[in-house]
Amino acid sequence: MFLTNSKGSLENRRNKIYKILINGFFIAFAVCCLIPMITVISISISPEDDIMKFGYQIFPKHIDFLSYKYIFAYPKQILNAYGVTFFVTIGGTLLALLINSMAAYALSRKQFEYRNPLAFIVFFTTMFSGGLIPWYILITNYLHLSNTIWVMIIPSLASPWNMFLLRTNFKAIPDSIIESAKIDGANEMYIYYKLILPLSKPALATIGLFFSLGFWNDWWLCLLFIDKSGLFNLQYILYRMMANITYLTSQMPLNLGLVVDTSQIPNESARMATVILAAGPMLFVFTFFQKYFVQGLTVGSIKG
Amino acid sequence: MNTRITLRETDRNIDKQNGTMKKIFHSLNRNKEFCLMMLPFMLLIAIFCYLPFYGITIAFKDFHYNLGIAKSPWIGFENFRFLFTSGDLFLILRNTVLFNLLFIAAGTIINLCVALLLNEITNKFAVKTYQTIMFMPYFLSWVVVSFILYSVLSPDLGILNKLLSTFGMGAVDWYGRPELWPVILLFSVIWKGTGYGSIIYYAVLIGIDKEYYEAAAIDGANKLQMVFKISLPFLRTMIIIMTLFSIGGIIRSDFGLFYFLPKDNPLLLSTTQTIDTYVYRALKNNGEFGIPAAVGIFQSLVGFILIVASNGLVRKFDKDSSLF
Repeated sequence: MFLTNSKGSLENRRNKIYKILINGFFIAFAVCCLIPMITVISISISPEDDIMKFGYQIFPKHIDFLSYKYIFAYPKQILNAYGVTFFVTIGGTLLALLINSMAAYALSRKQFEYRNPLAFIVFFTTMFSGGLIPWYILITNYLHLSNTIWVMIIPSLASPWNMFLLRTNFKAIPDSIIESAKIDGANEMYIYYKLILPLSKPALATIGLFFSLGFWNDWWLCLLFIDKSGLFNLQYILYRMMANITYLTSQMPLNLGLVVDTSQIPNESARMATVILAAGPMLFVFTFFQKYFVQGLTVGSIKG
Repeated sequence: MNTRITLRETDRNIDKQNGTMKKIFHSLNRNKEFCLMMLPFMLLIAIFCYLPFYGITIAFKDFHYNLGIAKSPWIGFENFRFLFTSGDLFLILRNTVLFNLLFIAAGTIINLCVALLLNEITNKFAVKTYQTIMFMPYFLSWVVVSFILYSVLSPDLGILNKLLSTFGMGAVDWYGRPELWPVILLFSVIWKGTGYGSIIYYAVLIGIDKEYYEAAAIDGANKLQMVFKISLPFLRTMIIIMTLFSIGGIIRSDFGLFYFLPKDNPLLLSTTQTIDTYVYRALKNNGEFGIPAAVGIFQSLVGFILIVASNGLVRKFDKDSSLF
């Protein structure tokens, strides 16, 4: 009846130390994750001569939104890049989901007599490829996709990994539902559209997010195939800014009326402001949808 | 469960009565809806994955833009001979493989530690918060990370050199010292990837029945013993599988990491040039086709052998986790 305390006070104290140490470790890790990002924010809101005098600071000495005002006074570049990126991301994700899910559905159906050889043909591409050079020559010389907006979408559309993930998901849908729909006279397209898609919303959301992240963050296709400035996407603009400090501001007309002399042009802070504008919204959005990425990762680790 | 759907009797009868052409046509007709649904995907695969196989011949030719692939002169293994004798291949191979080994080893250990430590925290809110913050860098592209790294490592403006000077140590020319970059890149990879990489191990850990730990506690085990005797054995399979898959990809590198973070600085190439950045630079900066194509073939072949081998090994540990 009298239950003695199962842990002595020495153990309690040891457990408390463990807790403090472990939490301390994670707080330190979290701080390491956050400080660099906060530094970028603070550079973007520092006055340019503060940056020259004191260098980059984690917490700005003075706050000055000139860099943002500068960008929004002549937002043509960044708005254009936003437009390209949004179009590619949204259009690409929708197309990719459609194409990959249709293929995944077909491959998941036992009625499909060619599913095994076709699945192997697709799978083989993940193991062996011709390399960058043939692919590059194909796209530029033969398909003439260079300097079009489609080159940033089409090569990424067919994704074997994501397609197989969707196939696993579709396989889990009970045959009985499909069979009863067939008895009612439905054809495969109808079943796909009215039955499979609604039932697979979580998986489609997860894969959709994978695709979105891929399209939004992509710089590779732009780097390889685009040199027309009207088609640059956000990541590529960032890349150009990295090499050339004045890349952004040199494109703007001098008489923006915001600075008195050229030494005050917010080159450094405007660069970092562009980083915030390019990465910030999506970082916020994707963090919000983080749980889908986690799901996708843990499910995908099971044979896809 | 019948995994082979047998044809309906009417179909089989029709097949019996007809020749091969009719059989093929009949088969296509049965599967036409599925074929239609697969068409866009297979077309894309055929065009972007299989057509380039023809370009493998570029590695054996002296490719000229205006002549096209077919008409460019054949030079056999010249490109490969150049690669092997010039020492270029050795450098990029060394960098690629060593970096991958470093990332696999350090990454696995750190991901494991983070997962194990995370598992010790009882406060669910704390766990969610830590995970969310650690996950954030995963959503950034390497271009964005290159700016973040620059804010730390910039020789005159960066916060690291400022910190060093307040402690009395001299500023370091981070972007001019190639020997420092394996460490810099390692830190960057861990910063960006741990939030994501620890999830898999954490998922295994939270699936372990708490009774094991309770029983061990009653038997007087301390935390370390519980980790080694309970947690790790449960994780063993996953660790082996993840490691084997990583080894399968040891000949590939993350282009963005190695291209953007060092800011394309030629001084740093000796330690940051990998196979993939070499191929890209040969194409874009030097206008070469044959040699990077040869590198690409080499990479694809070795990669293929590695993937098959590593997958064969994975099968030995857990048949369900292997790719094929």
